[in-house]
Amino acid sequence: MTIIFAILLPFIVAACIPFAYRRFTNLHIGWFVLAVPVILFGLLATYIPRIAKGETYTYTIEWIPSFHINFTTYLDGLSMILGLLITGVGSLVILYSIFYLSTKESLHHFYCYLLLFMGAMLGVVLSDNLMVLYAFWELTSVSSFLLIAFWHHRKASRAGARKAMTITVIGGVAMLVGFLLLYAIGGTFSVRELISQADMLQSHVLFVPAMLLVLLGAFTKSAQFPFHIWLPDAMEAPTPVSAYLHSATMVKAGIYLVARTTPIFGGHEVWFWTVSVIGLVTLFWGSFNAVKQFDLKALLAYSTVSQLGLIMCLLGLGSAALHLGYSTESVIYTQATFAALFHLINHSTFKGALFMMVGIVDHEVGTRDIRRLGGLMALMPFTFTIAVIGSFSMAGLPPFNGFLSKEMFFAATLHITELNIFSLEAFGLLFPIIAWIASVLTFVYCMIIVARTFLGKVKPERLEKPPHEAPFGMLISPFILIALVIGIFLFPNVLGHYILQPAMASVYPGFPSSEELTPHIYAWHGINTELLMTVGVVVLGIVLYRTLKKWRPIYRIIPERYTLNALYERVITTSENTSGSITRRYMNGNLSYYFMYIYIVFVAAVAGYFLLSDAFSWQPSKDSSVQYYELILVLVMIFASVALLFAKGRITSVLLNGVLGYSVAFFFVIFRAPDLALTQLVVESVTTALFLISFKFLPELKPERTSKAIVFSKALVSILVGATVTLIGLAVMNYEKFSAISVYFENAYELAGGKNIVNAILGDFRAFDTMLEVVVLFIAGLGVYTLIKLKAKKGDADVENK
Amino acid sequence: MKINDVILRTVVKGVVFIVLTLGVYLFFAGHNEPGGGFIGGLVLGSGIVLLYITFDIETVHRGMPFDFKKVAALGVLLATGSAIASLFFGAPFLKQADDYFEFPLLGETHLTTVTIFEAGVALTVIGTLVTIILSISEDE
Repeated sequence: MTIIFAILLPFIVAACIPFAYRRFTNLHIGWFVLAVPVILFGLLATYIPRIAKGETYTYTIEWIPSFHINFTTYLDGLSMILGLLITGVGSLVILYSIFYLSTKESLHHFYCYLLLFMGAMLGVVLSDNLMVLYAFWELTSVSSFLLIAFWHHRKASRAGARKAMTITVIGGVAMLVGFLLLYAIGGTFSVRELISQADMLQSHVLFVPAMLLVLLGAFTKSAQFPFHIWLPDAMEAPTPVSAYLHSATMVKAGIYLVARTTPIFGGHEVWFWTVSVIGLVTLFWGSFNAVKQFDLKALLAYSTVSQLGLIMCLLGLGSAALHLGYSTESVIYTQATFAALFHLINHSTFKGALFMMVGIVDHEVGTRDIRRLGGLMALMPFTFTIAVIGSFSMAGLPPFNGFLSKEMFFAATLHITELNIFSLEAFGLLFPIIAWIASVLTFVYCMIIVARTFLGKVKPERLEKPPHEAPFGMLISPFILIALVIGIFLFPNVLGHYILQPAMASVYPGFPSSEELTPHIYAWHGINTELLMTVGVVVLGIVLYRTLKKWRPIYRIIPERYTLNALYERVITTSENTSGSITRRYMNGNLSYYFMYIYIVFVAAVAGYFLLSDAFSWQPSKDSSVQYYELILVLVMIFASVALLFAKGRITSVLLNGVLGYSVAFFFVIFRAPDLALTQLVVESVTTALFLISFKFLPELKPERTSKAIVFSKALVSILVGATVTLIGLAVMNYEKFSAISVYFENAYELAGGKNIVNAILGDFRAFDTMLEVVVLFIAGLGVYTLIKLKAKKGDADVENK
Repeated sequence: MKINDVILRTVVKGVVFIVLTLGVYLFFAGHNEPGGGFIGGLVLGSGIVLLYITFDIETVHRGMPFDFKKVAALGVLLATGSAIASLFFGAPFLKQADDYFEFPLLGETHLTTVTIFEAGVALTVIGTLVTIILSISEDE
């Protein structure tokens, strides 16, 4: 129950912000928002001891039980890690943003979106039901879109937001299909129930397609190669957003999903190779591209891509243990997963601090371009401290937490070479080699961050503002994070015992004791291969950094036209142009064509069906006799409609149209449908009034100058429609293939309590339709209003780009 | 341009009350007789439009200072709200209830929740109708 509260609280506060915003005129609204993650962090933290004992918490609210969709929250070790990250980093980021964003920005939007994201993200990690998880998953994409486009007057922001949205939503839809396949196989949407029948699932023919589709969702969200291209563009967002969504939490959703579904899919060869190889490629490609960047934020974005690849790769390696099954020998391979979860936390601490550092530099100096920066060490000593600790942790140097997880990563890649399953004996050696190369590149870009920004000479003429240290408030959050960076290095086993051990139990539910899965972390583990690898990284890294100018030209080997970004742009523009030209071909703005399309489809579908099923049959003996006043009415209507065709003026056509409408109302009276008659009469009057009002806007009615063929085809379509309707009207009397629906309403009075059966249907039996019609009507009304009132005046410039 | 429309004004002053009364009657009659929220709303809305056509917008607005967009929004809120409300009583979405109550002076009265739903329908129809016609006629 508390967990449901934890998911709902951000949404509730987000809904209140627009109202509260006006009252906090002299106070930054961030202080009010800050309370939410702090409260939730405290709330989740109280669960840590109980979760560490191996307890889990579930709570179910039935939502759509007939489709097995229930709002089930599930708190275990794995969701705990993510939950703590979301609320913990969330608190720090909001605190930071209070000093980063001035009150002149539209803060109520910013914090509303941010809370929306926080709630959605908590929903993702705390849901057990896949459908609910999916809904929250897409909500994180939407809120990320809104936050990237926060400065929506900038073109790059909008483009970045759109790109992020397109890629993550495509992956999300694929994931949805994967979930539905899992449901088709296992008959449940609950992750825990799916895990319990994992063996049965693995033998199913749809198992691999489902796995790949789910992975597509995870890879797009976690910016894995080749979908990583959205993340650098997402850096157009305000820096607190980048620190929060695009390094600490949202991009970890894919990692979370992979870890969460490892008990279902893990152990399969396809899973092992896909996850670990994609992760490895991402790790390398991200670090390779990070080195060439000049914008500090873009550099951090690529480094995030690379670090996410590292975690993903580790999760893939760790899944090998599930294939082997539980034994004292296989436990060693679970250490990869342990390292993944450990690095997940470490990455959030140092990368969050680094993003905040870049934000400070940008805020105080006015640029993030490393070609213009330099020598800030003396001017911004505190920021320099953050940068050094964050970067060295990322590079994997002691005494920082990155060192520990990087060593474990090396150890895991070395262990995997000893396995002889999944044809690892042939390719296994690739893992430590590529991992090592990527780590060298990581070291190089970490050096770039520190040296190019803070060392060297100050170039005041190339900076926008005179550099000075950031205000105290902006430094609090990054300092808390780097304190954690060092703290985790000093006491890693506290984290291991309380946080990581229960999470390991969630990833390996089949293994008897999670105690065994939690290795004791040593800062000094003797001189072994891992340590030598790290020494090699440092040595080669320094050499490469020194000679960066000499080997930079290798980035020009791949021409601009063949990059993934260019490919993406080409696909998007081509599909836009193609669909645009197809749409323009039939949407020519002429209403009579649109009517033609509607009628042709109508005739084809309805008359076609009747012809094919041979249902056109008319027995005049069954029909009731025709009265003379009915004949008169029909003659009037025929006269009016024929006259309508030859009417010269608009007034005449409106009046003739009215004649038709009122005659129909008469028919309703004759055939004893008073409700319909009343409605028809009033609608007819209002329509006529509307016509009269809009007359002054309409041009003179001119004779149409169209070719004979078009006139002829229009006439043909009209005659066909008329014939179809008439024939169906005559044929329904003899049609018996569908049972009549009127039996449902026969005892309307007992069921609905109303004597007017029409209204009993409208207000009770089919009330859902009525409700939605009301909504549609309202939206249509608003549409007319906005079209008329808010249209751009002639000659107004396009206001989109300032 | 000032049109001499004394006859129209005089007639409308009387007729509008008949139209509005008819609208209210139709709204309540809908339960057991022809009528209902949609048609009632339509009649009430056309009565209001009649006022706007006869007198100018400012005059009518002084007597009826409603923003008809908000009237429509209130209607949608009532319709969807009454649909959701049944969930809070453990009943399925859109479940309607009715019962008979004794009131002083009125005697036994039939009260239904569907009336709230229908009121939502009626208000939406009034609001949308008047909004559309006003915005078209105000357009330059």
